[in-house]
Amino acid sequence: MPPIIDKQKCNQCGYCAQICPLDVIKVIKKDNMKDVIVKYPDECWHCRACEKDCKQHAIRMRYPLSHLMLHMDVEKGDKKCQ
Amino acid sequence: MSVKIREEIVKTDFLIAGGGVAGLQAALTAAQKGIDVVVAEKADTRRSGCGANGNDHFACYIPECHGDDFEMCIRQIDQTIDGGPWQDPTMLRLWFSRSYEVVKIWESIGINMRPTGKWNFEGHSVPGNQKYHLKFDGHNQKPALTAAAKKHGAKIMNKTVVTDLLVNKEGRVTGALAVDISEDEPEIVVFQAKAVLIAAGAADRLYPGITPAYMFNDSGCPANTGDGHAMAYRAGARLANLEMAGGHAGPRYFARGGKGTWIGLTSDITGQCVTPYQDKPSRENGDIASDIWPGSYRDRMQAGAGPTYMNCTQTTDEDLDYMLHTAFVSEGIDSLTDNLAQNNIDLRKSMIEFGSYNIGLSTQGIDIDEHAMSSIPGLYAAGNVVGNVKGNLAGAAVLGLVAAEHAAEYVKTVDEEDVSDYPLIKERQALYTQIMERENGAYWKEAASTLQNIMNDYCGLTIRSESMLTAGLTYLRQLKSTALESLSAKDSHELMRVLEVLDLIDVGEPLFMMALNRKETRPPHKRADYTYTNMLLNGKFQTIEKHDGQVTMDFRSRF
Repeated sequence: MPPIIDKQKCNQCGYCAQICPLDVIKVIKKDNMKDVIVKYPDECWHCRACEKDCKQHAIRMRYPLSHLMLHMDVEKGDKKCQ
Repeated sequence: MSVKIREEIVKTDFLIAGGGVAGLQAALTAAQKGIDVVVAEKADTRRSGCGANGNDHFACYIPECHGDDFEMCIRQIDQTIDGGPWQDPTMLRLWFSRSYEVVKIWESIGINMRPTGKWNFEGHSVPGNQKYHLKFDGHNQKPALTAAAKKHGAKIMNKTVVTDLLVNKEGRVTGALAVDISEDEPEIVVFQAKAVLIAAGAADRLYPGITPAYMFNDSGCPANTGDGHAMAYRAGARLANLEMAGGHAGPRYFARGGKGTWIGLTSDITGQCVTPYQDKPSRENGDIASDIWPGSYRDRMQAGAGPTYMNCTQTTDEDLDYMLHTAFVSEGIDSLTDNLAQNNIDLRKSMIEFGSYNIGLSTQGIDIDEHAMSSIPGLYAAGNVVGNVKGNLAGAAVLGLVAAEHAAEYVKTVDEEDVSDYPLIKERQALYTQIMERENGAYWKEAASTLQNIMNDYCGLTIRSESMLTAGLTYLRQLKSTALESLSAKDSHELMRVLEVLDLIDVGEPLFMMALNRKETRPPHKRADYTYTNMLLNGKFQTIEKHDGQVTMDFRSRF
C-alpha cells in the first residue's frame, strides 16, 4: 500500500493529507482521536510529496509490482551508434 | 438532502482555476498589478499539478548567452521539444521573448535558476545548435511561487475544484462554480469574477495508461483531467487541435515525465545505440531522440524491432550520481531514484526499458490570442490546457504572466455582474445531489474504464476511419447518458472523481468530431480512409466551438 505511514513516528499533523496532489491520504477523527490513513492507495501518483514534506520522516514509498522498472543487463562495451 | 451551496459568493476581480505553474505565476503578477485575485486549486498549490515536485529545464532566451539574432534562436528552439508545428509562430515568439523576465522573477523569489553559479544550459538540445534549456533546480518551485503570490496579496483556496464557467447573455465571463472537497460533505462555491483564467492542466486520464488497472500511473499529474478543456467547451470557447494529440515517453511500466533529464543512449537489447545524434552519453545535450519521436518506442515494438532501452551503462559515475541525486530531484522525479534503489537496480549494469505513453492532450485545447484570452471575452487560458502554445514549463509561466497583465487592464473596463440567480447553479446542485443520493449506483472507475477503452479503440493512435470514429462517438454519447443516470459518490472525494470522468467525456466528444472532420492522414492522426496528407491544410489549425448546441468546426491559418 503506497505510501506507508509509520504510526510510531506520525504525530497526526495531517500535512500529508493536505498537500497530497491526489487527495489519497485522509485524517480520520473519532472520539477525540485522530488517525492518518492512506484511503485511496490505487490513486497514488508515487510523487513522494508526502514523504518529502513529512517533518516526522514518518512516510516511505512502496512501489507496487504493477510499476516494475523493467531492466536488462548489458555487457559494458564500446557500443557505438549505428 | 441537497448538496449545500455556500451562502457567501466569493467576489474577485480575477479568478484563477488551477494553481499550477501557470496559475501561480498569473496570481503573482496579477497581485503585483494591484487587482484582487483568487486561486481555486483542486489539491494544494504547494504540491499540485505536473510541476508538483519540481522541474529542471526552463526553455528561455537570454540575449547575453544566445546573442541578438532572435530569429535564428526561434528557428533553433522550434526544433526542440518546446517547438513544433502545433504552436502559432506568434505565440512561440511571445513566450520565448519574455522567458528571461520570468527567469529573473523566479530567481528573485528563491528558486535556484543558477545551481552552478552561472547560466547553464543542458539537455533537450540538438547537437550543433545553441542550447536553450536552462538547467535549474525547481524542487521548491511550487512552495516558492505559492509564498510569493500570497505575499503580494493573492488569496488561495485549496481543495476547491472549479467545475463550470458562468457566462452572461452578452457572452462575457462573469464567474465560475466550484466544489469544496476539504470535508467529506461537498459544498458548492459560487465565484463572481470580472475575468477568469483557466490554468487547469492537460487531460491525462482520457486514454488508458500504461497499466490500465492502475489509472494513476501517469507521466503527467493524474489530477489533471481535462476539467479546463471541458468547462471552456461547455461555455462556448473555441478549442484547437484536439485530434492531433500524441503522448510522452519514459520508463515503460512506471510512467514518469522528465525523459530529457536522463543521461544515456537510446539502445536496443544488446546495448547498441539506435539513434543518430550522439555516440556517447551527453550531459550537455541529453538524448534528443525521444523529444523528436516519443512514439518511437511503440513504433519499434510494433515493427518487431523493440524493445528499446535508456542505456546509462556508458554514462560516467559522476554523471550518473548527478542524474540520480541532483537532476532527478530538481525535476521532481526522484521516485525513480527511490524505485531503482529499492529494487537494487544498478544503472551501471542494467538498461531501463522505455515506452511511449498514450495521448495526454498537452498543447491541444483552448485557442488563445496574444493576450492569452480565449474566444470568450474575459476568459483567459495558460499552461497545458491551451491548444496553440506549448504548455511546457516556460510556456506555461510566461502565458500566465501575459494573461495576468492583460486581465489587470481588462477588469477595469467591465462591471461586476451579480451571478447569484444564474440557473446553472441550481442545475449543478440538482445533478450533484442526484449523484450523492443515488444508492447502489455505478462507481466512477466503471465509467472511466469504458471511456478509456472507447477512446483507445475508436480514436487511438494506431488507425482511425469514418466508421470507427462514428461508432466510437455514438458509444461515447451512450456512455455519457448512462453515466449521468447511474454514477454515484458517497463523499466529496468520490464526487470529484465522478466529475472528472464526466469532464473527460466532454473532452472526448469534440476530439472525436475533430478526428472525423480531419479527412487526411497527418501523424499522429492516421486515417485508413484518407491516407494522403492534404497539403492545403499545411500550416492550419482545426478549431471547434459549440453555441446553443450547434457545433462549428473550421481550419484557421496559423498566426
